[in-house]
Parts: sequence; structure tokens; C-alpha cells
Amino acid sequence: MKIFATYNIKGGVGKTTAAVNLAYLSAADGCRTLLWDLDPQGAASFLFRVKPRVKGGGKALIRGTKALDDAIKGTDFDHLDLLPADFTYRNMDLLLDDAGARPTRKLARLLKPLAAEYDHVFLDCPPSISLVSENVMHAADVLLVPLIPTTLSVRTLDQLTEFVAGFNGHRPQVRAFFSMVDRRKKLHQEITRDLQAERPGVAATPIPALSVIERMSVERAPVSAFAPRSVAARAYRALWSEISKDI
Amino acid sequence: MTAANLREFVADTPAEEDSTLAAAHSALSQAFTVMEEPGAAGCGTCRRTWLDTFDWRLYKAGLTLEFEQTRRGGRLLLSKADGTPQAEQSVTRWPRRPGLAEDLPDGPVRDRILVLTSPRALLPIVKAVSTVSVTRLLNVDGKTVARLVTERVTVTAPPGNIAADTTAELPPRLAVTEVRGYPGQARRAVALLAGVPGVSHASQGLFTAALTALGRHPADYTSGVDAEITAAMPAPVAVARLLLRLLDTMELNVPGVLRDIDTEFLHDFRVAVRRTRSAIKLLGQVLPADLAGHYKTEFKWLGDVTTPIRDLDVHLLGFDAMTEQLVAASPADLEPLRAFLARRRAREFRRLAAALRGPRFRAITQDWRKALLELRDVDGPRRRRPTAAELALSTTGRSFRRIVAQGGAITPASPPESLHDLRKRAKELRYLLEFFAPLHDPVAYRKVVSDLKQLQDCLGEFQDDEVQRHEISELADAMLAERAAPAATLLAMGEIAANLAVGQAEARAEFAARFGRFAGPAGRERVRVLLEGRP
Repeated sequence: MKIFATYNIKGGVGKTTAAVNLAYLSAADGCRTLLWDLDPQGAASFLFRVKPRVKGGGKALIRGTKALDDAIKGTDFDHLDLLPADFTYRNMDLLLDDAGARPTRKLARLLKPLAAEYDHVFLDCPPSISLVSENVMHAADVLLVPLIPTTLSVRTLDQLTEFVAGFNGHRPQVRAFFSMVDRRKKLHQEITRDLQAERPGVAATPIPALSVIERMSVERAPVSAFAPRSVAARAYRALWSEISKDI
Repeated sequence: MTAANLREFVADTPAEEDSTLAAAHSALSQAFTVMEEPGAAGCGTCRRTWLDTFDWRLYKAGLTLEFEQTRRGGRLLLSKADGTPQAEQSVTRWPRRPGLAEDLPDGPVRDRILVLTSPRALLPIVKAVSTVSVTRLLNVDGKTVARLVTERVTVTAPPGNIAADTTAELPPRLAVTEVRGYPGQARRAVALLAGVPGVSHASQGLFTAALTALGRHPADYTSGVDAEITAAMPAPVAVARLLLRLLDTMELNVPGVLRDIDTEFLHDFRVAVRRTRSAIKLLGQVLPADLAGHYKTEFKWLGDVTTPIRDLDVHLLGFDAMTEQLVAASPADLEPLRAFLARRRAREFRRLAAALRGPRFRAITQDWRKALLELRDVDGPRRRRPTAAELALSTTGRSFRRIVAQGGAITPASPPESLHDLRKRAKELRYLLEFFAPLHDPVAYRKVVSDLKQLQDCLGEFQDDEVQRHEISELADAMLAERAAPAATLLAMGEIAANLAVGQAEARAEFAARFGRFAGPAGRERVRVLLEGRP
């Protein structure tokens, strides 16, 4: 089982749309895939038309009184399941802190029993730097970091890479990709080109800023499902090919 | 009924298919938005073949084996009778002709079925072509919370089967499948479907339903006698029923013999012939005298024409076990013998096929059946005595007493022929017991048969070893005459013959104890209970 996490300290950079589309493409390739919507806003759950609710809330999951397995919902798509968001996830930091020894490894421990059931797990993380994100980084094999091509985003990537490098033992691979790229903006073009040339961990495929991606919230489905021939769907497909090639 | 098939439904008749399905959709739309899902997994045409041996060995072991054809070959699925998967194996193709499990490539299905099915071939029992469509059931959020799978199935019995080439269309089958995390919605869909007129819970799995539509049922072939006779039935009627049942067995096995599917078709055929001959001999007094006399000769002929090939089959089936016993010689030394046996078998098979396709065999089966049916069905004044029970009592008792007398006279100095003769008498008693099994108390029957079987095994071992030893010697002569016998092969055959002689001596040493158990006071008492306790 390989665990991917879409992570960025900033919100609104395309984490959820990437998680939803990449998980969909993984499942479409025949891999048994789970997407865990860790964001209390429940955007990924909404996009799959699943109610953002877990019986017993985040507390039951973190304490283990409810197995992750029991909270999983099937999506409309073959091989793709969802562990929905719950509003109580907003307190997940506190729950993890109360979870006993090595609180930064709790999510990794919870996910372990799912190894026989899934080939790929995607964690869609809330934007923050917190105990939740630290847990995610310890659990993930690959951190997928969407970057809006701005100087500040590049700085954030550097900080994240440095943070992960300081981990003892398991360190996730950091794979950044450009998101919400507007080809009409010169700065976007320059930063995209320069950073891809300078950093080996940056994917060659950018995800453009397109209205069809915004339409996901209207269609409530991955763009690759409702507009499979669109430029956006092709971009996600190319990005997934790039990422899945390395695993 | 399991939870799985509680979710499966079947329309009552194929003719009203469209209106029934429309009613089902209408019922479901009370709670869900019902939407076709054209590209769903499992949609489209599905070709499946269920396989088993002719004598249903997998079914009797609680298993079903299904071959699902896909674009690039197919896969074999082994399940329990309730549908629980047991093993799965990809195969590039399934041979057109029935094959032996040992011919399958290595894999989990082969491992599970090899011992169970050997030496019988896996025969396609039913072929099904299904057209599957999937309908999504959506909740108020437009989320798929369950699916309705509709399957329209046409089934065929492939050649080589009972009911071969029959085709039937099954009433459409509907199944509600659950989406993970939404069990309540699936239950709701099931409840709605259960209320649709013309739709019922599926009481049979697809395989069983297909068999029913083809006029068959699982395990509808057995090589046993199991004729429908009663104690009060006039003896000629009971004997005619027995003999008709045996004739059915012969005829059911002929296609398999002629297609040379596996060796056991001929074996079952020969057992039915032997039983028929014994019945004519032991019970023939209740048949018209000319009938018994004529068919005694005819069935002897049939037994004789099938003997050479069966003997060769026995050698070939036991070949690997035989080579494993070699100590001095190498298994490879015997390979020329295997090749020689195979060549002989091919020649003998042509002779056998010609006999079974010829006029004499046709006349036997047709005229014999006609005569037996007349005997069974003709109305009018008929002697009511003896009854089947009286015939069973007199013949079984006489047969037992004869064995006791003959066996009691055998001493360590008696010639082998005395044991061979006793073996024939024991076989006759066994057949009588089987013929009249429905008239006996089952517990008393099992006890006597168990004693007799032990005696028969010992006598069989003794005689088979001797016969095989003579055959090895004859085969050596024949191979020499055809210059097909290297010296190493002859030496290995000599070692085999020596092993057979050892086995025969051991069987002889065991005879007294086995006979004592069968014919001693306890054995006699068991036979008395059997005969006096019959209804």
C-alpha cells in the first residue's frame, strides 16, 4: 500500500481537486484506492456526494473505538472508496495529542490495517502546519505539494523540504507540482520553467487554472469523470502518469 | 437462503420480461432515482461454462467450477455451493474437448481439484451466455447507494452431456448489489423489489436454475443401481426395473466411451454390463426363458469386446504408481512399455468403437429395452408371486450360503482357482445386495456390505495381481515380437512382476482372517438381521 498526501500550508491551491482527480485516476487504472478527506470542510466528500459525517466523529477513529474500515463509503466509481470528513476533525490536533505515545505516528498506525485492502491511499489534508500535518508526513510515502507559481510558494516548498529532511527514520518523498497555472501570466511561466529546471522533485506537468476544474463543485465528480477529454483531465492524467511511474 | 441470494430475484416468466422489469424499476423509483449505467463494471456479454466430471465429483464435494471467458483467454473460479470463492486461476484458453485437471497449468484451482477429479475429465455441463445491464440507484444527493444488476441468460447443454445441445432461455435475474457504507439502502431496494408482482426471490443459483431449465438436476448421474423397486412388487417387474436402470447407465456412458473423454465411461459401462449378466444369471428365473438365454450370450459378447481396452486402461492408470515401486530398475526403463500400451490401446479403441457403433450392439440395446418395458408395463393377469422381497430373500440367502460353503473349504493348499471362483461368488452377492438395497434396512445393509467389501478387496488384490503378472508376461512376449522391448525394459517388467507376486502372497495370507470375519458367527448374524429385518 502506497500512501500519497496532498499537502500545502496554504489553502485554495488545488489540494482537494488534485487528491480527488488523482485518486480517481488511480482507481481507473484498476488500483484499489481510498481517499481520506481529513479536511473538516469536507470538500472532497462533497465532490463525491458523500455526507461529511463519521459516526462517533474523529474521536472514535483516533481512539480506535471505530475502525477506519467501518467508516469507509463506496464512491460511484469502481475501486474507489472514501473515508469522509467530519466536522469534528477540526479538533484532530487535540485528539492526536491525547492519543498516547508517539502522537505524530498515530495516523500511520491507524492506516496500517488497510494495507491488505488498498493499493493506494490518498490523504487530503487541511491547510495548516499542525500535529495533523506532521502525522500525515510521517504516514505518507509521497507528499504531493501543489504550488501556485509565486515566489512565496517556492519559499514554502523549501521550508517543507527542510522540515521533512529533519525526520528520523521514514521520510516521505516530496513531489511538488504547479497548480492553478495561468499561462497568460509571465511570472507564472518564468517560475514554472525555472523551478522545474532547478529542482528534481518538481513534476513536469502543470495543472492549469481552468473553469472546468471549478465546475467540479457543480458536477460533484472528478473532472476526469465528467469531462474526460478536457485539457484539465489530460493534465491530471499526465501528472498521475508521472507520479505513478516512480512508485 | 443466504444473505447473498436474499438480494437475488428472478422474474416468474421470460415472456413477461419487459413488463416485469418496468414494474421493478417503477417500484425502485419510489425511493431512488433510477439511472442506467451503460459502462459499469460487469456490463455487456458474459460467457460462462460450468464444469464437473460426468459423475459430479466436484458437486458432491460441495464445489462448483466455472470457466469465465474473457477477451484474452479466461479464468477458472472454484466456489463452494453457496458461492463462497475458494480459488481462482487464469487460463489462456479452455480446450474444446473436455480435459483432465492434470492438463491444466499449475495454479490454485488445479491444486484443489486434481485429486478430487482424477481420473475423470472435466466436462462442460452447462454453457451460459448472459447479457448484463446495470442500473444505479441514487439518493437525494445524486449519490449511487446501490445497484440493480439485470441478467438475461441463455443456457445450453454442450455435447457429451445428458440433454446435449438443448437450449433454454432463463427468466431474467435481478440482483441488488450494495455500495460500501450504504447497507440500509440496499435493504430498502430489496424490500421494494420483493413487493413487485411477477418477481420472486431466487431460490436457485444460476447454475442450478440453468440445469433445471435444461431438464436436469445436479448429481443426476450415478453409476449406482438405485432402481425404484418395492417389497410387494411382482418379482418380474422389479427385475425389469433393475435391468432397465442398468441399460440406462450403459447408454448414458456410450457417448463418453466413443469420444474417449476419460477411462471411467468405459468402466461404468462395463460394470453395468457385469451387473446385467449377474442379474440374468441370478434372477433370470423370473424372466421368460428364451429372453434370459439370448441376452446371456449377447451381454457376454459385450463384456468380452470391452475387456482388452479396460485391461490396458488399468495398466496405464496405474503406471506411475507401478514405476514408483521400482527399486533396481529406473522409471525411464519402463517408458517403452508405456508407449507400447498406448499404441495397443489406440488399436483396441478402434475395435471397440466399431463394435459399439455396429448393428449387434444397436440390436441389443433396442430389443432388450423393448422386452424389458413390456415386462415392466404389460397389464393383465400376472403371477403375483414371488414378490421382489421373496426373490431378494431366496437369492441373497442362497448366495451367502454358497460363499460360506466354498470359502470354508479353502485351505492354504487350495489352488488359486478356488479363490478366483470365490471372488466371483462374492461379487454376485454384492450385486444382489445392491439390486435389492431399497428393500433392506440401511444400517444392517451397511454392516454386511462393509464385511463383504473387505473380503472382496482381499480376493480382488489376489486375483488382480495374478492377472497383471500374466499380462506383464504376455506384454513382454508381444513387445519382443514387435522388437519394441529393450533389455532394460524387460528387466524392469520382471521387477514389476516380482512385486506383484509379493502383493499376491500378502493377500493370500490375509484371506483367512477376512473370510473369518465375513462368514464367522458375527458375520452370519449380521446377514440374518439383514434378511429377517427387511420390510
